[in-house]
Amino acid sequence: MDRVTDTEIADPLAIPELAPGCMAASKPYPAAANHQTALGFPGELATDWHDMAIAKIGELREKYRSFRVYLDACVKCGACTDKCHYFLGTGDPKNMPVARQDLLRQVYRRHFTLAGKYLPWLVGAKDLTPEVLDDWYSYFHQCSQCRRCSVFCPYGIDTAEISMAGREIMDSIGKGQKYSNEILGKVMKIGNNLGLPKKALAATLSDLEDEVEEATGVRVEFPLDRKGVEVLLVSPSADYFAEPHIAGLIGYAKVFHQAGISWTISSHATEAANFGMFIGSYDVMRKVALRIREAALDLGVKRLVIGECGHAWRAAYSFLDTLAGPFDFLDRRHPVPQHICEFTYEQMQAGKLRFDKSKNDHVRLTFHDSCNVARGSRMGDRPGGQFDIPRAILRAACNHFFDMAPETIKESTLCCGGGGGLLTDELMAVRKAGAQPRMRALRQVAEDHGVTHMAAMCAICKAQFSSVLPHYGFDREAIVSVHQMVSNAIVLDGAKPPTDDAAGDEA
Amino acid sequence: MLAAVFAAAYYVAFGVLAAGLGYRIWEYARVPAPLKIPTTPAPTTTGGVALRLLREVVLFESLFKANKWIWLFGWLFHAALVLSLLRHLRYVTQPVWEWVTAVQPFGVYAGFAMLAGLLGLWARRIWVPRIRYISAPSDHLMLALLVGIAASGLGMKYLAPTDIVAVKAFFRGLVSFDWQPLPADPLLLVHLGLVALLMIVFPYSKLLHAPGLFFSPTRNQADNPRERRHLAHWARALESGRG
Repeated sequence: MDRVTDTEIADPLAIPELAPGCMAASKPYPAAANHQTALGFPGELATDWHDMAIAKIGELREKYRSFRVYLDACVKCGACTDKCHYFLGTGDPKNMPVARQDLLRQVYRRHFTLAGKYLPWLVGAKDLTPEVLDDWYSYFHQCSQCRRCSVFCPYGIDTAEISMAGREIMDSIGKGQKYSNEILGKVMKIGNNLGLPKKALAATLSDLEDEVEEATGVRVEFPLDRKGVEVLLVSPSADYFAEPHIAGLIGYAKVFHQAGISWTISSHATEAANFGMFIGSYDVMRKVALRIREAALDLGVKRLVIGECGHAWRAAYSFLDTLAGPFDFLDRRHPVPQHICEFTYEQMQAGKLRFDKSKNDHVRLTFHDSCNVARGSRMGDRPGGQFDIPRAILRAACNHFFDMAPETIKESTLCCGGGGGLLTDELMAVRKAGAQPRMRALRQVAEDHGVTHMAAMCAICKAQFSSVLPHYGFDREAIVSVHQMVSNAIVLDGAKPPTDDAAGDEA
Repeated sequence: MLAAVFAAAYYVAFGVLAAGLGYRIWEYARVPAPLKIPTTPAPTTTGGVALRLLREVVLFESLFKANKWIWLFGWLFHAALVLSLLRHLRYVTQPVWEWVTAVQPFGVYAGFAMLAGLLGLWARRIWVPRIRYISAPSDHLMLALLVGIAASGLGMKYLAPTDIVAVKAFFRGLVSFDWQPLPADPLLLVHLGLVALLMIVFPYSKLLHAPGLFFSPTRNQADNPRERRHLAHWARALESGRG
């Protein structure tokens, strides 16, 4: 692990020595029976789990072309072997994308290919033993489904598709993961991942209105369940709960206020995150997505805007119309859904927003492209808008912006290490190790350009970095929201003149 | 007798290759991709997707981003393989098409390039610990098979030439069901035997990467989920009774 005292700046993508089995013991807590059954999965490992798992593989290969093609097409060329941040951070060969896929592919070959049935030793086919199932549980929960490997695979094999399938198979035999399944239970029952009830949410939002008024002299609204407004904002629930997320939420509210566009949060769909994606379940993902449709219909809004969250944006941008569409009841002159960064950028282009960049002069900023936004979605009209739009916003709000090394950003961005359902304390070792490449890239710009802060637009990235930054010698508050920078710099009409301590106190 | 065995082998090999590959392609085409999962940034139009696939097929674009050595050896092997195959068209066309005549000299160099690419890939499979770790016996045997084909071919060109007029007559005969004798040169028999084996193995092995690429959703989907609703047939069934 990196230490502050390292004199030499380490290469973020340095390839480690192989350390077989070093992460085999890293496992998430198993889901309790009630978390499992709430999602329609068996409460505990079924007695005929082996046959059920094989049948599930058979089912998935009839439902998902990706699963079928990706299990067949790999030639073991090795292109992906050094692309996973968990491999770079741990050296465990089963964290190489191809080896992670092989955990499932070996069983698939044993049961579904001619060579694997009759000559298993020849093609590395294996039976699904309890030991193999253990490996699945360990290593499919050391994949953040960030898709970095899929950029580099000559056939576009996406390990995320395989680890999602692996988790779906395990859920279906009663071997689920506590963190994701418990949270999915909360979102279905209460409306958000944190289990934040409407009353608490309303109190939080009203406190925020007072706080912003005190700081700026302007009453910026944070409406909840307001019918007939223009925009429904669906944000990750961390935005109502923790720093630096809340600072970002304040930024969204100021943008809506200054743009003069009415908006609301819904207590029914207080959550943009969709952990159904992490566990690979179309059905669960669909149920979570439908809450957004229901809220939009109920509140009679015209537009749908999604807050800063990586996988949530993928689930919204790429999947929402499939899962819960068509959204023909919304105003189709605007993209459905629209990212908050797209919204802010659109207002900037329309000349509705003014920034006082000097408010962020205490910040020397870099930007962490969140994996799901970078490789699983888009912003704006053109491919790559997901890279340009947030940067354009940050440059408009800050004087000092520096990108990290090109091989660690944009489509090659490194996962924060906590995505894909791994943001849980018992997985802290793999989370820290997985953050290592990003932390080294941050160290480089800190040394070269005096970078003090890193902006992100994902709730998981923000929470993960808050936890791991100190481990790598950075301040835990070095991670900021994109809209926190907006919030600091935006000029509100009628704001009181700044006092000395008001400048940038949110960074 | 020899000619009969090889004739039979080639009919079987061709049948397995055509039927097996056809079956795989039908399978891949039949199974839906229920979600939009192009690896972004991705083209937003069908034309853009075709161009992306073309770059992958011709230039190995993603592999180039990944690893220059694997790209070099892999691309060299595949490009050389194409040239060699084109060179071999002279054994089944009569008169030999003009452009096939034109590629003949390149086809010879391609034999060496193919061998170099294969040996480079094999060396990495043996000596790079990460790649050794992910290699099964079949991965080595596949390289051995291809090296055997390339080496025996080059051997006939430079060391122990066979009667290529007779070989051509044999293959023309296969096409027209007018069976002709086959020279009994060992290198030729090894070469032809290994090629038949390759054809048979193709639809049952990782050689499926060839059709697989065209069916890979991360590469063949356009990035347009906000513009056009994407729904798999089995997902449509979930929609009934929804609000």
